[in-house]
Amino acid sequence: MKVEEQAGLTPARPGASAPHSARSNGRWAGYRGLLTARMKELWREPEVVFWVFVFPLLLALGLGIAFRDKPAGVTSIAVVAGPGARRIINWLEASPQHAGIHADMLSEGEAFNRFRLGKYALVVIPQAEGGVRYRYDPARPESVLARAQVDDALQAAAGRKDLVATSSETAMEPGSRYIDFLIPGLLGMNLMNSGMWGIGFALVDMRQRKLLKRYLATPMRRSDFLLALSSSRLVLMLIEVALLLGFGMLVFHMRVLGSLLTILLIGTVGALSFGGLGLLTASRAQKIETVSGLINVVMLPMWVFSGVFFSYERFPAMLLPFIKALPLTALNDALRATILEGAPLAAQGTRLAIMAIWGGLSFLLAVKWFRWI
Amino acid sequence: MNNTGDVVVRCRNLFKTYDGKVEAVRGLDLEIRLGECFGLLGPNGAGKTTTIEILEGLLRPTSGEVEIFGRNWDAHQRELRELLGISLQETRFSEKLTVRETLRLFSNFYERPGSPEAVMEDMALKEKADTWVGKLSGGQRQRLAVAAALVGNPRILFLDEPTTGLDPQSRRQLWEIVRQFQQRGGTVLLTTHYMDEAERLCDRLAIIDQGKIIAEGTPAELIKRYCGQNMVEFAVTPALDGTGRELWQALPGVESVHEEDGLTLLSVREAHHTIPALLDAVAERGWRLVHLTTRQASLEDVFVHLTGRHLRDE
Ligand SMILES: Nc1ncnc2c1ncn2[C@@H]1O[C@H](COP(=O)(O)OP(=O)(O)OP(=O)(O)O)[C@@H](O)[C@H]1O
Ligand SMILES: [Mg+2]
Repeated sequence: MKVEEQAGLTPARPGASAPHSARSNGRWAGYRGLLTARMKELWREPEVVFWVFVFPLLLALGLGIAFRDKPAGVTSIAVVAGPGARRIINWLEASPQHAGIHADMLSEGEAFNRFRLGKYALVVIPQAEGGVRYRYDPARPESVLARAQVDDALQAAAGRKDLVATSSETAMEPGSRYIDFLIPGLLGMNLMNSGMWGIGFALVDMRQRKLLKRYLATPMRRSDFLLALSSSRLVLMLIEVALLLGFGMLVFHMRVLGSLLTILLIGTVGALSFGGLGLLTASRAQKIETVSGLINVVMLPMWVFSGVFFSYERFPAMLLPFIKALPLTALNDALRATILEGAPLAAQGTRLAIMAIWGGLSFLLAVKWFRWI
Repeated sequence: MNNTGDVVVRCRNLFKTYDGKVEAVRGLDLEIRLGECFGLLGPNGAGKTTTIEILEGLLRPTSGEVEIFGRNWDAHQRELRELLGISLQETRFSEKLTVRETLRLFSNFYERPGSPEAVMEDMALKEKADTWVGKLSGGQRQRLAVAAALVGNPRILFLDEPTTGLDPQSRRQLWEIVRQFQQRGGTVLLTTHYMDEAERLCDRLAIIDQGKIIAEGTPAELIKRYCGQNMVEFAVTPALDGTGRELWQALPGVESVHEEDGLTLLSVREAHHTIPALLDAVAERGWRLVHLTTRQASLEDVFVHLTGRHLRDE
């Protein structure tokens, strides 16, 4: 009854999409499709590439250079001008420590001022009766050091004899430097960031776009969807581990003592744990603004307490049990123990359990509360 | 027309109340038959999307039953999903996937899908196959949504406002796709607020207003039942302000009278009987006609007749 001639129509092509086509899909086609699509999407998102891959390397490079452990350089000290000042400088220049000390002669006001600004580590004030007074800051390591060095040099020049003959050797090895501490911490932090954003944010974004609803309108299995999302996290985790460790080894000659397999296992547990937390933050939120706030609230305490950039041992002892119960602390500790000390997996039971409990509980709650539509 | 065809979609006594207060659907019964194109027609907020999403098993009704091919959503979710192709009123697909990748992804979910290439051809998306979805125009996205519904090789298509935002040529292309789908034995349920679309495309339709069906039938039946065959539209001086209503109603062949903006609209069975009588009546009273047209009655007239309002404020 409704056959009309229209311009611009697509002619009927018999068989082109006939109701019973020959194509057929296996059980895992949906999962594979979702995983491929997710990886493509991630790869095409410049922000993801930057934050997940480039940013941690930049951070490692920057902090590694800024806090590199250099041999103690030349320490500058000030000698307050006046009678005896010249003699002090001469003594210092003649002393065995002269290579490490540079002395300037200044007026008292000037010297104190520059000391306050950190230009000088120590001010030496000659006293009327031939003695000296030191002005130093006990809270500044280089100040304490300078005082000891200068005092040694002056006492020796004035005729003190060492009662015990000593000699020393130097040792500076990869494994105990700041960069060695830093890289596992950055890796842990990165796994947290990308897990929370990669799952939490991505899900709410899809919910907001009604894309989750659209997927539900197909025969897609919900479990395949979650599995694909987790798998994409694991693929990313592999790349993150390889990049950061490889970077540390190449650029900072870091030594990895533990087995790669153990490291990857820890990475997997960590990535899944944070994936679970990400899922939980995304379980009900309808707007990406809401989930962004939630993710930051969850991550903030871990940035501060979990020992990414400095050891959490610096916090008061009463906080330590709480700090150690955080999943990022467990992940960082486990990574450091394995990478830096070569600890075997068997020694990491508690830490793995902490991560598994966080991830597992979050996952269960998330599945219970999850809103697909 | 197969008025006796098998019923493939059936719902009874459907109610949906959002958040305990918004009564979006209030007692709705529908039967959609095998091979037909059924339209849900109604103004904004009438409850079309709510109804279609309940039928699609995406929303739970507050009460009422839904059956598709004799199966229900609680017990046969997966089987039914294989049979349905759905396009939502609004979906934003992943922006960083191409059209082809998106359709492949959707085809992966079905046991026996159609070919993404053929569907792209049908929906005139071939040229855009390798373009990211984020770079498509609004109309192209709309076509992609319909393509994603078709790519699962469904037996029933549910399309929620499939032609909103399309240019006239794309709309006609979509109509043609729907007809081809029907020719291959498919059944279609769509919502629209375009009258001409409903009239040309749908075998049968239900007009929904405020969550209820206010009329149901083929477009021709509805027009005939509520508006006769023709519409006579006129205006006289001096303005009568509704006082002529009884006079017009008494003219031969007049089914109903409707007044708006100083115009009088008569739905009539046979214009050639009514018009001479109208001219006589006006002349007898010394009035003057300032406007007179006749036209075929349309669904719009049916809607105005039933609700006293227009479907869309243009
Ligand atoms: N999620 C929701 N929560 C609360 N109220 C809702 C929700 N969705 C729809 N409604 C309300 O239900 C009524 C019917 O909405 P529905 O979307 O079904 O209308 P529609 O006929 O599809 O309209 P349109 O032509 O604008 O798409 C409206 O009054 C709407 O405000
Ligand atoms: Mg709607």
